[in-house]
Amino acid sequence: MASLHDYLLVSGLLFAIGLAGVVVRRNIIIVFMCLELMLSAANLSLVAFSRFNPTPNGLPDYQGQMLVFFVITVAAAEVAVGLAIIVALYRARQTIHTDELTSLKG
Amino acid sequence: MPSYLFWLFSTIMLIGGGAVIAFRNPVSSAMAVVTCFVGLAGLFIGLSAFFVGVIQILVYTGAVMVLFLFIIMLLDLKDEEKAAKPLLPIASGIALFLVFTVQLIGVLSRTPDKTAPPLDPATLASAAAGFAPTSKIATTLGQGKLPDVHLIGHTLFTDYNMPLQVLGVLLLVATVGVVVLSKRQAD
Repeated sequence: MASLHDYLLVSGLLFAIGLAGVVVRRNIIIVFMCLELMLSAANLSLVAFSRFNPTPNGLPDYQGQMLVFFVITVAAAEVAVGLAIIVALYRARQTIHTDELTSLKG
Repeated sequence: MPSYLFWLFSTIMLIGGGAVIAFRNPVSSAMAVVTCFVGLAGLFIGLSAFFVGVIQILVYTGAVMVLFLFIIMLLDLKDEEKAAKPLLPIASGIALFLVFTVQLIGVLSRTPDKTAPPLDPATLASAAAGFAPTSKIATTLGQGKLPDVHLIGHTLFTDYNMPLQVLGVLLLVATVGVVVLSKRQAD
């Protein structure tokens, strides 16, 4: 049986991969995918905590899974809006390469 | 979940996550995210969170990643593949990963570990007493099965009814926002 630490370790590693991806990649769509990976890593921690900390009646703690439900829904809305912004950005600037988007650089 | 399944799904998930960064073609990256999320859904189901696992497949791999693929095709990013790789971001990304991993191991070595509490038929049957005796939840628990979806629905529509309504408004706002954003500006 995998213990809580195993789940937290795997979830932390996925978060670290997502974080590294946000820094490494220059393509804004892939940066966005790495953000999704980080959100999912947080979800894995939440579900693991829900399973490993049962309520007094012995069932998993469903408050944690509620939070996962809300995170998934908000992430779906965020993806829709974010991709629309990327499409608008591409129309305005003809690039989605983060190195070429330097309007805010002082 | 048996240990070997946990490590199998974790490996699928982590390899998929690493491949997202490693692939140069955005479509390959999107397929790697799909692989990663399938592994993640396996872990969810192994944690007896069946509803969340199914939602992960349906919403993330089914809807969100297809949306990503549509946008990648719409933007037609042919020459992204031959972009030169600057060394500094790669080095900082690896450094960030290592620092985060060391921190993670440090935190985990100081916190108490836990093993999964049993979800056997006896535990489930004794939990049935907390619900109305004729309800679907109590009947299924009495049979020694975990009515995961019913319990989530029960929690969602009692304790979390107000946030659920707010979530509906959020989705509506997001839909309207996307329509406004992607409308061609008349200039």
